[in-house]
Amino acid sequence: MEFRVRPEPRLIHNSQSIETMTTTALPPPPSDSEAPRFLAPAAGNWKLACVLGALLAAMAIAILPVSASFWVTAIVAVLVAGAFVVNAYRRHYYGGLLVAPAIAMLFVMNIFPLLWSLGLSFFAYQSNRQTIKFVGLQNYINILTNEIKAPENWTNLQTTAVFVVLTVACQMIAGFLLAMLFAKTFPLRRYLLILVLTPMMLSVVAVGVFFTYYYDPTFGLVSQVVNRICGCQYVLMSNRAGAIAGIVFADAWMWSPFVMLLVLAGLVSVPKYLYEAASIDRVSSWRRFWNITFPYIRGLLMLALLFRTIEAFKLADLVILLTKGGNGTMTISYHVLRIAQEQNKTSEGAALSYILLFVVIVLTNLYLYVANRRSREA
Amino acid sequence: MADAAGMTFFEKLGFRKASGVAEAGWARTGLAAVVSILYFLPVLIIIITSFKLQTDALAVPPKLIPWVDFAPTFENFTSVFSRAFTSGGAVESTGFDRYFFNSIFIAGTSVLLALVIGTLAAYGFSRYPLKGNDTYLFIILTTRMLPAVVVIIPVMLMLRVVGLSGSYLGIILLYTAFNLPFTIWMMKSFFDELSPDVEDAARIDGSSDARVFLKIALPQVLAGLAATFVFGLILTWNEFLFALLLSSVDTRTVPVAMSQAVAGGGIGVLWGLLAAIETLFLIPVFLVTFFLQNQLLRGVTFGTVKR
Repeated sequence: MEFRVRPEPRLIHNSQSIETMTTTALPPPPSDSEAPRFLAPAAGNWKLACVLGALLAAMAIAILPVSASFWVTAIVAVLVAGAFVVNAYRRHYYGGLLVAPAIAMLFVMNIFPLLWSLGLSFFAYQSNRQTIKFVGLQNYINILTNEIKAPENWTNLQTTAVFVVLTVACQMIAGFLLAMLFAKTFPLRRYLLILVLTPMMLSVVAVGVFFTYYYDPTFGLVSQVVNRICGCQYVLMSNRAGAIAGIVFADAWMWSPFVMLLVLAGLVSVPKYLYEAASIDRVSSWRRFWNITFPYIRGLLMLALLFRTIEAFKLADLVILLTKGGNGTMTISYHVLRIAQEQNKTSEGAALSYILLFVVIVLTNLYLYVANRRSREA
Repeated sequence: MADAAGMTFFEKLGFRKASGVAEAGWARTGLAAVVSILYFLPVLIIIITSFKLQTDALAVPPKLIPWVDFAPTFENFTSVFSRAFTSGGAVESTGFDRYFFNSIFIAGTSVLLALVIGTLAAYGFSRYPLKGNDTYLFIILTTRMLPAVVVIIPVMLMLRVVGLSGSYLGIILLYTAFNLPFTIWMMKSFFDELSPDVEDAARIDGSSDARVFLKIALPQVLAGLAATFVFGLILTWNEFLFALLLSSVDTRTVPVAMSQAVAGGGIGVLWGLLAAIETLFLIPVFLVTFFLQNQLLRGVTFGTVKR
């Protein structure tokens, strides 16, 4: 099996050549569907391609300057990927073949940077300087124990938690109620629905800036309406509670259509005959909701909750635009951006964002655990 | 009816109407109208402001109704593209035509690219399950959940090293990766809904696997492709943080340019101008969403609903 001797065609007898033809041309599994031998220079020999590719890339990194070696490595990676593709195609391994481009894309643009920033978080590196030094866990220790930085990070994390709870609660409730409102067909539904969906399509810059316009103490519309009612000077963003309320309102207004869209998609897909059967059985509308409608939208509600919680955790742009982090509205995401971008402390930012990522992963897993247990009970 | 004719046209293309919806009358329309208009009010004010001069925009009490309170003007819309930066100075181009082109080009290309790659992957996940299929799918979804700040710094360094910093290719690739998870999940839910019997029958009749995908599976999920396209477009169109950190002067998108227009001038924010930019920027995505609304509603179940 390892060494199949291929007879030289000219030297053999006629009868022998027929015999070899039958054995080589019609093997039980076609020969090209087998993995090629390690040293055979075939197009689909991915094992050899991997080894040669790694050698070539290592040589390039050692000899060439950074930018050139990056391109050499990239070309080698493409060739190795080509070997994988040929191999997968010959062996009819279509699943891997179809999925590979997407995985490769996500790896290059998401997972590889993620690993890179994990590496960076163990170094002392500032993007405006050339020096780079290995410091081990020093960045993490600084963030967690430094008597100035640690309380600041902790406060920002608490502020973020407040935002997550408030915005997600508002969005889920508003989105759910809106979806219930639009769950049945009625005249002009198409046109009214698009009005509700519009806030989601606005640019966050415009929303942020225009909400400062609405909240402005002198010419802002909100304060003008309040002034008309109570006759007092009203400044919404002047204290912490007001500033948080302002940001939460803007964010909830902008993103509850997203929750609505998801929940509505679930509501629309409930089969009509279930409702007809329920009305024949005179089921109360409360029970009809819990026994028919809710199972259809539960998954989507959970998904919306997950998406929005993670987005709320990332909340930075509205804060930048509305308060610039003042009045105790500094979120942890904005803080990381400030450290990494404005203060150029790249590795410290990376370390802090890894702690943030860890929190998100723990929360997500906790959430999925609860969700799975619920769905197993149901 | 124009609407009904439109529906049949879409149905010819393979779209199906949303089904299983109970009927409600004009009473519900009234209630929904009140809620929708309240919800739309901040947007409406932005649109109205785009027709105002700066003095009208800052008026106390507010001037809200066009023709009654103030004379509407189109000046803001023309000055989005070219205006005099100092009073009495020469009229110069603001470069916003370029920024609008950038936004359309970057968002369009990356959403389409994600659609091609994602649809192939979704078909693979749906028809040729790998070992640990669900794990792969979950990992793909979690990449969408990473805090942007974790990824953005290395991506910036990476693009700088490769020399793609500030180029179209860099930002398009990043947006494609950003769109892929949703695309894969949505398209997989559409492929899962199809009956595999038709495909098997075609295969027995001698169709190649590629032909089965292109001629049989793909035409049945046109509505899904439309839904995924709209969803991706909405999310990509307004993306701000990545664009702010990764685009150069040549590849700047409208949200980034808008944030810089806000700061300029020294006389505070030019509200009318900003409103005009946003109004123009809203129109394309608004129209696309409006016409593909039903497909969008069918598409965003992410496979959580078993039909």
